[in-house]
Amino acid sequence: MPISQLRWTDKLRMLLHTLFGRKSADAELDRELRFHLDEQIAENRAAGMSEREARQAALRLFGNPGVVRQHARETWSWQWLETLARDTRQGARRLMRAPSFALTAILVLALGIGANIALFTVVNAVLLKPLPVAHPDRLVRVYEAKSNGAFQDNTVAGACFVRWQAESRSFLQLAIKNSHSYNLSGSGQLPEVVQAEQSSWNLLPMLGVHPIAGRLFNANDDRPDANATVILTEGVWKRRYGSDRSIVGRTIDLDSKPYTVIGILPAWFRYPDTRVQFWTPLYHEYSHEMMQHYDRHTFDVVGQLKPDITMAQATAELNTIQRQIRQQNPDGPVNDAVNLRPILDGEVRNIKQGLYALLAATGCLLLIACLNIANLLVARAASRGRETAIRTALGGSRVQLIRAQIIESLLLSLAGGALGVALACGAVQWLVHVRADLPRVDAIRIDGTAALFAVACIVFCGLIAGLLPALSASDKEILRVLQESSRSAGSGRSRAHLRRLLLTAEVSLTVVLLIAAGLLIKSYSAMRTSDLGCATRDVLTMALNQPKGVKTPQQIAAFYDVLLERVRQIPGVKAAAAITALPGQGSDGDNVYIIREHPPLPKGQVLDATRRFIDPGYFQAMQIPLIAGRTFTNDERLQRADKVIISEMLARQSFKGEDPLGKHLNVPAMDDLPRTLEIVGVVADTRELPAADPLPTIYYPLLAGTQRYIMLAVRTVGDPAAMAEPVKRTIASIDSNLPIADVMTMDEVIGQAAVDTSFEATLLAGFAVLSLVLAAVGLFGVLSFLVTQRTTEIGVRIALGARRSKSCGSCSSMDCARPSPD
Amino acid sequence: MSVDSQSMGKPSDLVQGTLDLLILKTISLEPKHGWAIAKRIQQISGEVLQVQQGSLYPALHRLEQQGWVRAKWAETDTGRKAKFYSLTAAGRAQLAAEKENWSRLSGAINLVVQEG
Repeated sequence: MPISQLRWTDKLRMLLHTLFGRKSADAELDRELRFHLDEQIAENRAAGMSEREARQAALRLFGNPGVVRQHARETWSWQWLETLARDTRQGARRLMRAPSFALTAILVLALGIGANIALFTVVNAVLLKPLPVAHPDRLVRVYEAKSNGAFQDNTVAGACFVRWQAESRSFLQLAIKNSHSYNLSGSGQLPEVVQAEQSSWNLLPMLGVHPIAGRLFNANDDRPDANATVILTEGVWKRRYGSDRSIVGRTIDLDSKPYTVIGILPAWFRYPDTRVQFWTPLYHEYSHEMMQHYDRHTFDVVGQLKPDITMAQATAELNTIQRQIRQQNPDGPVNDAVNLRPILDGEVRNIKQGLYALLAATGCLLLIACLNIANLLVARAASRGRETAIRTALGGSRVQLIRAQIIESLLLSLAGGALGVALACGAVQWLVHVRADLPRVDAIRIDGTAALFAVACIVFCGLIAGLLPALSASDKEILRVLQESSRSAGSGRSRAHLRRLLLTAEVSLTVVLLIAAGLLIKSYSAMRTSDLGCATRDVLTMALNQPKGVKTPQQIAAFYDVLLERVRQIPGVKAAAAITALPGQGSDGDNVYIIREHPPLPKGQVLDATRRFIDPGYFQAMQIPLIAGRTFTNDERLQRADKVIISEMLARQSFKGEDPLGKHLNVPAMDDLPRTLEIVGVVADTRELPAADPLPTIYYPLLAGTQRYIMLAVRTVGDPAAMAEPVKRTIASIDSNLPIADVMTMDEVIGQAAVDTSFEATLLAGFAVLSLVLAAVGLFGVLSFLVTQRTTEIGVRIALGARRSKSCGSCSSMDCARPSPD
Repeated sequence: MSVDSQSMGKPSDLVQGTLDLLILKTISLEPKHGWAIAKRIQQISGEVLQVQQGSLYPALHRLEQQGWVRAKWAETDTGRKAKFYSLTAAGRAQLAAEKENWSRLSGAINLVVQEG
């Protein structure tokens, strides 16, 4: 056996012996020392001393048996463990003697640590963890962009994607996708609107997905002339089809057309989010013609970089291609640059800032909590000045004293942390519940990383709260403290100074949080009250989506006629209108237009306006003032729908000093409307989003019958929510297969647009209030502690005739943190 | 050499290393208990080196922790139970190393002291 190995086993044996056989090792040491003493006595006796003399001489020679034992014991291993256990015991006993202090401290720390763990869990799950797909670090989202930086993340036009795919050498693959909602009907169940992703066939394999049944798309499915195919996600397969594997090969109806189910995706696959229920092949769903445009920005592009290509190289290459595209297509809104983002960044960029701001806020909260505890501990340490001095005088080293102090604060933060983890579990559940719209919300759970973070938090708190008071104690004061009577012991000047610093830091952090919360709340309430430009009181809205390619324009227009007529007849309905997207609901898209009566614009310049399709009664129903001209008539429908109405903003921008009425527009993208559109009216501006500025808008006639998707807006007498049922029943009586979605009041529409800000503002305000409470608790704790310490002094002052008001005054000023003048 | 009784409260590094050497050497022939080790060192050194228990027992326990000596309870000649220390294989190697070190050091010191 090699020597080193032998030594190793010997050592291990000794380690175990001194760890687990500590009691018997102690006894053995005693016996060993007694044996030595006895031998010495025996030798002395042999030299002729009496029994007593022999014993005394031996003890003299032996020295202090306690010291010998101590030194021998110190050579043993695990000595540190023993001291640790002793310090922990003493610390716990000390804390138990002050239960109210300990409880306050634990609660304060639990709040701070709990809030941090909860938010970190969210940030980690949503922003930091890689997406659960193959090669998440090699996948990128590609956006169109403007080289002048006007915007960065535009969706991609079909033709640009085709060019990238053909000419780029940086990618293993490029895939294209689009979010879309279908009407799912048939199989004896209620019709519903389902969220789907349309993608090129190579996207799913690129993400590393294997179906749990059936197969994925192949190139033959992904063509306009292929049979309609669909892949189910695990969620909808379970929910609607009862996890029945035989669904593969059967057909289901999407938008009233039969699609063959060819596969089922695994449960772990939740890209881009949990709302997606179906996947369809993109090139089957769009006409060949639609994919030939450079200016119809519709799609999302995902690419897998080649192993040796960086994102910067790929960006440079695609930029070159896109610049060529722009040179070849100088007219229209064709972009001249691209922007690449890591795939995760692409999914979460909208919520990143908000979450990090909240994390910073909870960080502040934790710091405040720590300072609070440090403050209380400093005050406590001051009251234990005599004890500390005595221990130092008896040989307790500074390290030992600091260790005891830190162990005490670590005990506090450990208890607080345990409670905090419990709080965090609840908080995370609540967060997931109220913010189900967060991307990747399904991934949010407390895991190993979060647990590590919790441990780090606890150690951080314990050290900060313990080190500050421990370091503030200096050895130099021992003598002074020992000489002082117990009455005035309690506040050295340096401690008072430290205490004041801590309190100041605490209060200023609180103020920062309060200001941040105040600003957010202000911008939120500005959003809530901002004037959309239309009626918002007592308005009920709902989305109606008619299946694609089933009805002719005549039938669609006729449906809107009947729908509005019947809804307007319902008792309690003041007015009803239909539009493709209501104010406050965001964009319905925008188009480039040309004014026939104006000279052509310089090359590269275009006029752009957002679009809305409305029924003739819309402006009146939504109380949007008509500024000039008229609204549509019921007769301006189908081929005769060659009129448009423009917003005041557009009139101001494009018709400076002239009358827009009677002028004509060409909108190339509106190829299913008459080529030339006459302006017949000008209306007041409305806002797409509560916080956005009004945009130049063109209103097209809904009765042209080209739009399948509408928002129905119903102005009611009294509570609009109560009208939801009668309106839904009326719609069902017209077409029982038509799914109705997003039934909400206009107030809710605005609320939803502001939900991010509202959520952040509420949470931040919560944290700010919490830290205000903490700071108050801290101030109160320290001051009341100091006042208690000065009870005798105050008593003496009052006995000597000091007025009550003066005593109160000296306590309520910051002077209290100073030692009393002696 | 200051391995005398007065200065052995907490031995300095030099003395400690030397005491280790003395102990290892003393038990290299046969296992001995603490008292016997102290007596033996005193005897052999002609009463010059007196090892105090205040240094002896911490040193023995340290050597045991390092795995150089092994302790065993056994009966003495007089029939009393005592803790006997013996060398381990690692201890033997350590003794050789320390002996070598010592003769190098003492030789060097001699050279310096006797020169001129």
